Amino acid sequence: MSGSPAKPRMPVESGVPDAFQYMHPLMKKNYGRWKWHDRPRPGVLHHVAENGDEIWTVRAGTQRQMDVFTVRKLCDIADRYAEGHVRFTIRSNIEFMVGTEAKVRPLIEALETAGFPVGGTGNSVSMIAHTQGWLHCDIPGTDGSGVAKALMDELHQEFVNERMPNRVKISTSCCETNCGGQADIAVNVQHTKPPKINHDLVANVCERPAVVARCPVAAIRPAVVNGKPTLEVDESKCICCGVCFPPCPPMQINDPEHTKIAIWVGGKHSNARSRPMFHKLVAAGLPNNPPRWPEVAATVKRILRAYQEDGKAWERVGEWIERIGWPRFFELTGLPFTPYHIDNWRGGRASLNASAHIRF
Amino acid sequence: MISEKPQRKAMAEKVPATPMLDQLESGPWPSFVSGLKRLANAHDKPYAGMMKGLLGQLEYSYETKRGFWKGGTIGVIGYGGGIIPRFTELRDEQGKPLFPEAAEFHTLRVMPAPGMHYTTDVLRKICDAWEKHGSGLIAFHGQSGDFMLQGCASGSVQPCFDEFNEMGFDLGGAGPAVRTSMSCVGHARCEHSCYDEARAHKQIINAFLDDMHRPALPYKFKFKFSGCPNDCMNAIQRADMAMIGIWRDSIRVDQDEVVKFVRSNGRQNVIDNVVTRCPTRSVSLNDDDTITIDNRNCVRCMHCINAMTKALRTGTDRGVTILLGGKRTLKIGDLFGTVIVPFMKLETDEDFAKFQELCQRIIEFFAENALEHERTGEMIERIGFANFLAGIGLEVDPRMVLHPRTNPYVRTDGWDDEVKKWKERQEASR
Repeated sequence: MSGSPAKPRMPVESGVPDAFQYMHPLMKKNYGRWKWHDRPRPGVLHHVAENGDEIWTVRAGTQRQMDVFTVRKLCDIADRYAEGHVRFTIRSNIEFMVGTEAKVRPLIEALETAGFPVGGTGNSVSMIAHTQGWLHCDIPGTDGSGVAKALMDELHQEFVNERMPNRVKISTSCCETNCGGQADIAVNVQHTKPPKINHDLVANVCERPAVVARCPVAAIRPAVVNGKPTLEVDESKCICCGVCFPPCPPMQINDPEHTKIAIWVGGKHSNARSRPMFHKLVAAGLPNNPPRWPEVAATVKRILRAYQEDGKAWERVGEWIERIGWPRFFELTGLPFTPYHIDNWRGGRASLNASAHIRF
Repeated sequence: MISEKPQRKAMAEKVPATPMLDQLESGPWPSFVSGLKRLANAHDKPYAGMMKGLLGQLEYSYETKRGFWKGGTIGVIGYGGGIIPRFTELRDEQGKPLFPEAAEFHTLRVMPAPGMHYTTDVLRKICDAWEKHGSGLIAFHGQSGDFMLQGCASGSVQPCFDEFNEMGFDLGGAGPAVRTSMSCVGHARCEHSCYDEARAHKQIINAFLDDMHRPALPYKFKFKFSGCPNDCMNAIQRADMAMIGIWRDSIRVDQDEVVKFVRSNGRQNVIDNVVTRCPTRSVSLNDDDTITIDNRNCVRCMHCINAMTKALRTGTDRGVTILLGGKRTLKIGDLFGTVIVPFMKLETDEDFAKFQELCQRIIEFFAENALEHERTGEMIERIGFANFLAGIGLEVDPRMVLHPRTNPYVRTDGWDDEVKKWKERQEASR
């Protein structure tokens, strides 16, 4: 940490740290030598190694954006009821590993008492993968943590139980770039009006050729307004994606009224049974309605209920819809089907029904 | 700067009224708002004022449905990336920040260990160091796989990084750079794991730290490592280069456990949930309640293994399938990664060296051939997949396509040469 102003401290380019220094001893000992697993109850995994060693994992939901007091509380629980080692999942769940089954129940009780729901395993609705939103993003159309909190309050029972046909992954994203990612159900910002341009600022703030190049539909062109070089948008071409906004903040895309929420379903990352799938648009025009986004929650729950009632064991949302067909999906969920559901992007023709396979 | 102004004046000494955020404190899920308030109310801590300001700005976003952060240029000595600068845009008529203590609220992206393992000891050290330099707010983890120290003033970024760097942590990627990677729990706790994900993750990222810390690629480049085709890291959809664990030999079957499974779950259940769910009809339930698997036609989808975790296991001749070009929407639309290496062993030092060399060729090709702000998938779309393969020196393989071309508009005067090469390769592999 030493160093004079003349000779600043240079970084130690250590890169990715070694995992073994933090790994639970049983995981280290049996690294690459696990044999099978089962789930004794929702939120608990039980893995058995080739040599007979057993490890129990208790998974709990977190708010992802954590204050140090929450992190220390989780550490206290890990030290007192588990064995001082934790890991996080890709969906911001925390996992506590223990070497004896007897520790599982007290650990669950401690977590639940402290307000951390235990679940997120198997056929549950796991924690929502979400983005930064208004808390920290520079281009957000909505919030991230708030949407996730509001939805998980509604879906809490589906997190702590495993009563869906298969696992359900939900993501939320605060702009159309969809950093939250593909999901069984994805809640995504959808802008509906072209950007509002502050022509006084564009020349000084934006690298104009880069902004022109970024537009997916070539709707942006250089212009001069009030004697100043700026950019203009051909609003008849504009698809309101908001891609020009990050490299050019004076092209404001976010709007309290016209920035809406859309819902996409059927994304699947796993190769199990079917190949991976992208999610598809099913609902749009939902209001961006903080602090609890009730219209979004109602639509997500409506889709989940239809899936829960009609899906067969092991079918992910996308696989369920492939079996029953999209007309039935819209019928069962009561969601309207509009011209906007028909893909007109390049390659979109492949999503049309080129057959006489028709359900009645 | 904004056109509409909040009516109230910010007061750093008091926690601002947050009637909208307050509504996110109720309900069974852990509340990030309660956490923000705990930090804002920690009056003996240096960050309490900053977090009061943050609550004020966030509440204002909830009221107006607008974000008020802008980027900028903040870094640490020696690196060109890894910090996400955030300056408030919420200012009064004179241009003074409405919440001055939260006017600078930068994020440090820090790479965790592969598999996101922590001891409570290191987590406590992270908390202690972060309380000294920043807001006390940490995201475990961002979508790229960093733990994110959120809320650092410009002047604290360097000392904060120095302390975390001394602790053994390094900054992750941002901008047009190799990005922080993710790998599944894999070998550490999962019987499906087909290669040493943690080693692959650490070795590859650490081989490209220069391309991470000094962003100079056309655009971002993401590696992700999943130990089996369940792809828990969403690598095929999200990574430029996805390493998916796989096996070449047969699924290992413990027939005694199969019989137990069939007897306890019932034959109809096994037929409906295992046999008929096989995508290539490669599983048969025999009359004696054992099963037969047609491994030549198995596509390694994982379903039967997922369903019968005690009876079925992946094979032992294991390695990775590598897919290239996955990404989300911007700019030409979503793309999956597609197969560029159907199978590669990843066990010995030589295997890993060969793998690293392939990564190097791909990064170099990307650096030289992609346009600015173009991801690998978009580059391949533009130049053609066969050209890309030729560029990085990989041979075509029918496992790279779902089916051959359906369109006759192709010039084929090199056909005989290509047939000859194919035959030579077939001979050589025999």
